[in-house]
Amino acid sequence: MDSIIALTNWVTEQTVLYTVIKIAAIIVPLMLGVAYLTYAERKVIGYIQVRIGPNRVGPFGLLQPIADGLKLALKEVIFPAKSNLYLFLVAPVLAIGPALAAWAVMPFDATLTLANIDAGLLYILAITSMGVYGIVIAGWASNSRYAFLGALRSAAQVVSYEIAMGFALVGVLIAAGSLNLGEIITAQQGGFWNWYWLPLFPLFVVYFISGVAETNRAPFDVSEGESEIVAGFHVEYSGMAFAVFFLAEYADMILISMLASVLFMGGWLSPFQGIAGLEALFSWVPGIIWLLMKTCIFLFLYLWLRATFPRYRYDQIMRLGWKVFIPVTLVWLVVVATAQVFDIGPWFTEAVL
Amino acid sequence: MEQVIFYCFAALLLFASSMVITVRNPVRAALFLILAFFTSAGIWLLLDAEFLAMTLVLVYVGAVMVLFLFVVMMLDIDLAPLQEGFTQYLPLGIFVAALITIEMIAVLGASHFGLDIVAAPIAHPEGYSNTKEIGLLLYTIYVYPFEIASVILTVAIIAAITLTLREKKSKSQDIDKQIKVQAKDRVRIVKMEAVKKQESES
Repeated sequence: MDSIIALTNWVTEQTVLYTVIKIAAIIVPLMLGVAYLTYAERKVIGYIQVRIGPNRVGPFGLLQPIADGLKLALKEVIFPAKSNLYLFLVAPVLAIGPALAAWAVMPFDATLTLANIDAGLLYILAITSMGVYGIVIAGWASNSRYAFLGALRSAAQVVSYEIAMGFALVGVLIAAGSLNLGEIITAQQGGFWNWYWLPLFPLFVVYFISGVAETNRAPFDVSEGESEIVAGFHVEYSGMAFAVFFLAEYADMILISMLASVLFMGGWLSPFQGIAGLEALFSWVPGIIWLLMKTCIFLFLYLWLRATFPRYRYDQIMRLGWKVFIPVTLVWLVVVATAQVFDIGPWFTEAVL
Repeated sequence: MEQVIFYCFAALLLFASSMVITVRNPVRAALFLILAFFTSAGIWLLLDAEFLAMTLVLVYVGAVMVLFLFVVMMLDIDLAPLQEGFTQYLPLGIFVAALITIEMIAVLGASHFGLDIVAAPIAHPEGYSNTKEIGLLLYTIYVYPFEIASVILTVAIIAAITLTLREKKSKSQDIDKQIKVQAKDRVRIVKMEAVKKQESES
């Protein structure tokens, strides 16, 4: 026992080592989450389409993502002869770097954060806005027409939807009076009806749909639209280089889902807060469980959307982003600011500054 | 420790910015410019200016440079004619460069920005929020310049949009009409009586 305490003491003293351990404690479950998100995706879409989905590898096909990962890791990485080799290799790294770095400020619980920084929301916006470079550079460096078209589509789409997404986040930070993610959650204290999804409902919808567009998922997946441009920006990638793009895309999906639950659904707060009997009954559940459950709801929405809607036409994507979402967010920002000034409802009574 | 980080970032920034103007491929130059923005954001973070640093990354790296890269990638720039006459214009180039350097030294040198005139930034106490400070300044002391700048930007946006609003003669689509379309507008079902073939025709 003494040796364990001594060991933990020694570990906490080594701040660099301790931080590395904490980073690993985020990334390893995240990667596992990504693996089983692909499994969940195939199962959910399978059942929606009255199929069974993967069921051969392991019980209920549970080992399928492991087998897929192994297969990708063992495959040969092919370098197109006329590609820009250096940028071709840097592109997947640029895709996954921001997707992982954004997790640094995520509040998993009241005290469980890697870096509790003041401008957490700004940090996430800034870091996620860099994810598009992986796609753009991959498309250009491949020296292939299909990949290039995918990259161009993705660049224009991501930049357009980032504006609507940014405005939706501005609404949240006006309501919470803080850029710190932990403080945004505590500002939503008081149960289901006090979360921001209700007063900021239009922003909530815009945020999630923009999130789907930002991650290039169906029905906004024109950057890899199979029917037109084969597989878009990653046509030329194979093996592990392709797998890294895949990891980045799914890590981004989980990130957007968790952010939606942090910003609009009360993060790690219990949904039974303020309900006399149920609050005590469920008080033993740790906050991270609530957060993960909320995240799973949004992830299911992602899969549901993919199984339900056909792909958008490109000009309609642009129209939705610029002519529908941005005006909606601008109008609702005025509403939120007015409500904040006049302290309306339980949501806007928090003292600012 | 902070000094080591500063010098690392500064060296990287100088390297990146010199690569922007020396590298031949325009896409690579744009990528080095992105690296330069990113490292200067890092240096601003060391100054506790987190709002400025994040906004630099968000606006310039996340949006402006994406569009820049978009354009540069689409242009198939032929480098040979651009490099013609390099030696011919070299003296003029050197003269202009030297002039700019002298000007910069005169304006930004130690006589105007030395430590005796502008004090070194002090370490801020814990709980200092750069975002809040900037917000307070912008909306109190500098509120009129801020408002004027925003009006000018709005005018610029409207101007840019009107420039693109030409009369459309090509096959442009009215999406509102497309969405309103219903099956009965497109498909006409015609009921016809079955007719027996006339034998007499043959």
